[in-house]
Amino acid sequence: MADLRARLSGVSKVFGDGADAVHALGPVDLDLEAGEFIAVVGPSGCGKTTLLETIAGLTSPSGGHVTFEGAPVAGRVPRGIGVVFQEDASFPWLNVWDNIAFGLRREAIEAAEIRARVDYAISFMGLSAFARAYPAQLSGGMRQRVCIARTLVMRPRLILLDEPFGALDQQTRLLMGDELLRLWRETGATVFLITHAIDEAVMLADRVGVMSARPGRFIELIETGWPASRSSANVADAAFGRLTGHVWSRLRAEAMKALGRDSDIQAGA
Amino acid sequence: MSGPAARAPAEGRRLTDVALLALGLVAAWQALYATVGDVAITPPLATLINAGGLLGSPIFWRHAEATADAFAVSLVIAAVGGVAAGVGLGFHRFSGLVAEPILTALYTLPKVTLYPVVLMLFGLGIEAKIAFGVMHGIIPVILITLNAVRNIDPVHLKTARALNLTAFETATRVLAPAVTPEIFTGLRIGFSLTLLGVIIGEMFASQRGLGFLLMNGINTHDVRTMMAVILLIVVFAVAAGTLLLAADRRLHRGARELR
Amino acid sequence: MRGVARARIAVIAGAVALLELLTRAGVIDRLTMIPPSAMAAHLRIMLLQGELDAPMAETFTNISIAFVLSVLIGIAGGLVIHARRRIRRLVDPLLASYYAVPFFVFYPLLITIFGLNRWPLIFIGFGFGAAAMVIATLNGLDRVPHVLRKVARVHGLGRAEEVWRVTLPAAAPHLAAGLKLALAYAFIGVIAGEFILSGTGLGHAIAYAYDSFDNPTMYALMLLVVMLAIGLNVAIHLFEEHLVRRRWRT
Repeated sequence: MADLRARLSGVSKVFGDGADAVHALGPVDLDLEAGEFIAVVGPSGCGKTTLLETIAGLTSPSGGHVTFEGAPVAGRVPRGIGVVFQEDASFPWLNVWDNIAFGLRREAIEAAEIRARVDYAISFMGLSAFARAYPAQLSGGMRQRVCIARTLVMRPRLILLDEPFGALDQQTRLLMGDELLRLWRETGATVFLITHAIDEAVMLADRVGVMSARPGRFIELIETGWPASRSSANVADAAFGRLTGHVWSRLRAEAMKALGRDSDIQAGA
Repeated sequence: MSGPAARAPAEGRRLTDVALLALGLVAAWQALYATVGDVAITPPLATLINAGGLLGSPIFWRHAEATADAFAVSLVIAAVGGVAAGVGLGFHRFSGLVAEPILTALYTLPKVTLYPVVLMLFGLGIEAKIAFGVMHGIIPVILITLNAVRNIDPVHLKTARALNLTAFETATRVLAPAVTPEIFTGLRIGFSLTLLGVIIGEMFASQRGLGFLLMNGINTHDVRTMMAVILLIVVFAVAAGTLLLAADRRLHRGARELR
Repeated sequence: MRGVARARIAVIAGAVALLELLTRAGVIDRLTMIPPSAMAAHLRIMLLQGELDAPMAETFTNISIAFVLSVLIGIAGGLVIHARRRIRRLVDPLLASYYAVPFFVFYPLLITIFGLNRWPLIFIGFGFGAAAMVIATLNGLDRVPHVLRKVARVHGLGRAEEVWRVTLPAAAPHLAAGLKLALAYAFIGVIAGEFILSGTGLGHAIAYAYDSFDNPTMYALMLLVVMLAIGLNVAIHLFEEHLVRRRWRT
C-alpha cells in the first residue's frame, strides 16, 4: 500500500532461551502511515527501544514480521530509514561538518551536492556558527542536533528517534520539540518518536501509542487531532491537559507494574 | 543468554581451550626443534627432564639461592621504598606533579645501559645485583602508589571528618583500604620487574645466579642447561604472577563491593 | 602549572650541577665517573667525527622494525581477539600475566636460533611491545560506544568499512597509548639486548667501552641514550597533545 510507510504484524521479541528467556516485546501490530508523526510512551523496560530497533532492522524479531514500504525488513537497515539514538552518537574525531557529511561520502554523490546538502542541514539545525567545531566542544543539545542533521541529510522517509532529548533539561526539550516539528513539516517524512515524557508525546504527535509494562504491547492508540502547524505553544491548549491526563490514566497502572518489578529485581530476585 | 546453568559448560570449554593452546605451543616447540636442531634448542620432553635434573643438582641450587637472596632484598627495598615515596609524593601534591614526568622518563630508559655505573658504585657483589633489581622495580611502585593516593576520592576524607575520626583512624580505616588494591597492583608489577632486573644484572656481570647460568650456557654452547634454566624461570614467574594476579583481582573485587 | 615546570627543571639542573661539582672536586673519582660536562663534550666530538653513525643507524633500524611489527601485529591481533569472545576469554588471563615473564631470558635462546644478528634483538623488542599494543587495542575496542556501531549499521557500512571508518578512529586515543608503550618497549628491548650480547648498535658500543675501560666513551654513549629516551618521551607527549587531545577533549 502506497500510503503505508511501515507495517508491523505480530512482532515479538524474546531474549535468551530456556529458563533465562526474557519476553521483552509483543506481540505488536502497528501501521505507520506515510507522513504521520507518532509517539510511543511506555513504562521503563517495556521494550520501546527493542520496538524501534526492530522497525529499523537493527534487531530481528523473534516472531512476526516488519515491512518497510512493502519490502520485508530483515537483518539490515533499509535505505530510507534514519535513526537518532538516545546516547550521543556524534563521532568525536570529526568536526560538525564532517560528522553530518559522513553518510553522504559513501554514496556516489557529487562533492557539490554533498556540500549543498550539508550546508543546508547545518543552517536548518542552527549549527552554522559551529561547523568547524568538534563535538567535545559542544553541549549535549548541540550534539543531538548534529546527530539529527546527520540523519536529515540522508533524506530519510522514516525517521526513528529513541528518546533523543532524554539527557536534556525540560526547557531545551521543549525547544528541540519545536525543531523536530519544523523538520517533520519540512521533510514530510514519517516520524516515530519514543519518549518517556508524556507531555512531549502529546505535544508533538498525531497519534500517541501507550505501551503496557513488559512484555510491551499497545494498550491504546490515541489520536491527538492537532493541526500540522502545531508547536510547543499548544501546552496551553485545554485539549493538551485532557489528552495528557488520559494518557497518564492508561499508563499509570503499567508504570506501577514496572516499578514493582524493578524493586523486586533490586531486592535480589 | 548466560546464567549459572550456562556457566559450567563455558568454564569447561575454556579449560579445553587452554589445554588445546598448551598442546599447540608444545607442538610448535617440537616443530621448531625439528627445524633448527640440537645446536639451537632442546625439545619439550628433554627440556622437562633436564629441568628436573637441575632441580636435583646442588650446584643449581647454589645459583638459585644467589638469585633468590638478591631478589628478596631488592623486592623489600623496592616495595617499602616505593610505597613510602609514592605515598609522600601523592599527598604532597606539588612534589608529586614535579616528580611524575621525571619518573616516567626514567621508566622508559633502558636501565641496563646504566649498569656499569652501578657496578662502579657498588662493586661486583650482591649489592650491585640488589641495586639492579631495585632500579627496575621501584619506579612503577612509586608511580602507581602516587596515583592511587592522589586520586583518593575526597568523599572518603569528608566522611572521616563527619564521623570525627582521628588522623590515625582515618589513615588506617579509611585511606589505607581505599588505596590498597591499587598499591597491590603496583607491587605486583614491581615484583616482575625486580626479578627481571636481578636476572639481567646477573647476565651482565656476575659469576653466580640464574642469569649467569644463562650466559654461561650460551658461552659454552650448553643449550641443554640454558633451556632448562629458562623453563624453570618462566614456570616460577608465571606461577608467582598468576597467584599475585588472583590476589589482585580479589582485592579489587572486594573494593568494588564496598563501594 | 608554570611553577611545577620550573621546579622540575630546577630539580634536574640541580642534580646535574651536583654531579658536576662532586666529580670535579674529586669526591667521586675520575675512574668511577667523569663530569657531565666532559660527557657532553666527548659525545659532541664523537658525533661530529661520525663515529656513532653506524651504531645509531643500526639501533634505529632495529627499533623501527620492532616497533612497526609490534603495532601492526598488535592491532591486528587485538581486532581478531576482540571479535571472538571465546578467543578473548582464553587470551585475557594470558595477557594479564604476560609481563610477569622476564621475557628477556629468551634472548640467549633467540641467538641460538637466529644467530648473532639483528633478529633476536627485533624479536625481543617486538615481544615487549606487541603485548602492550594488543592490550591497548582491546581496551580501545571495548570502549567504542555501542551506539556508534549502530550508527554504522544505519548508514549501511559493511564489516571492514565499519572497522576502518568508525571502530579504529573511535579507539584511536587508546591505540595512541599503545603506540607510546610499544615504542618505549621497542627502545628498551633492543638497546638492552645489544648491551647484553650483540656485535653492533649503541647498546653494544656501551658494553664494549665498559669492557675496554674507556670511561669517556662509555659515559658519552650513556648520555646519548638518556637524551634519546628523553627526546622520545617529549616527542610522544607533543604528539599526544596536538593530535589526540585536541579532538578527544572529553
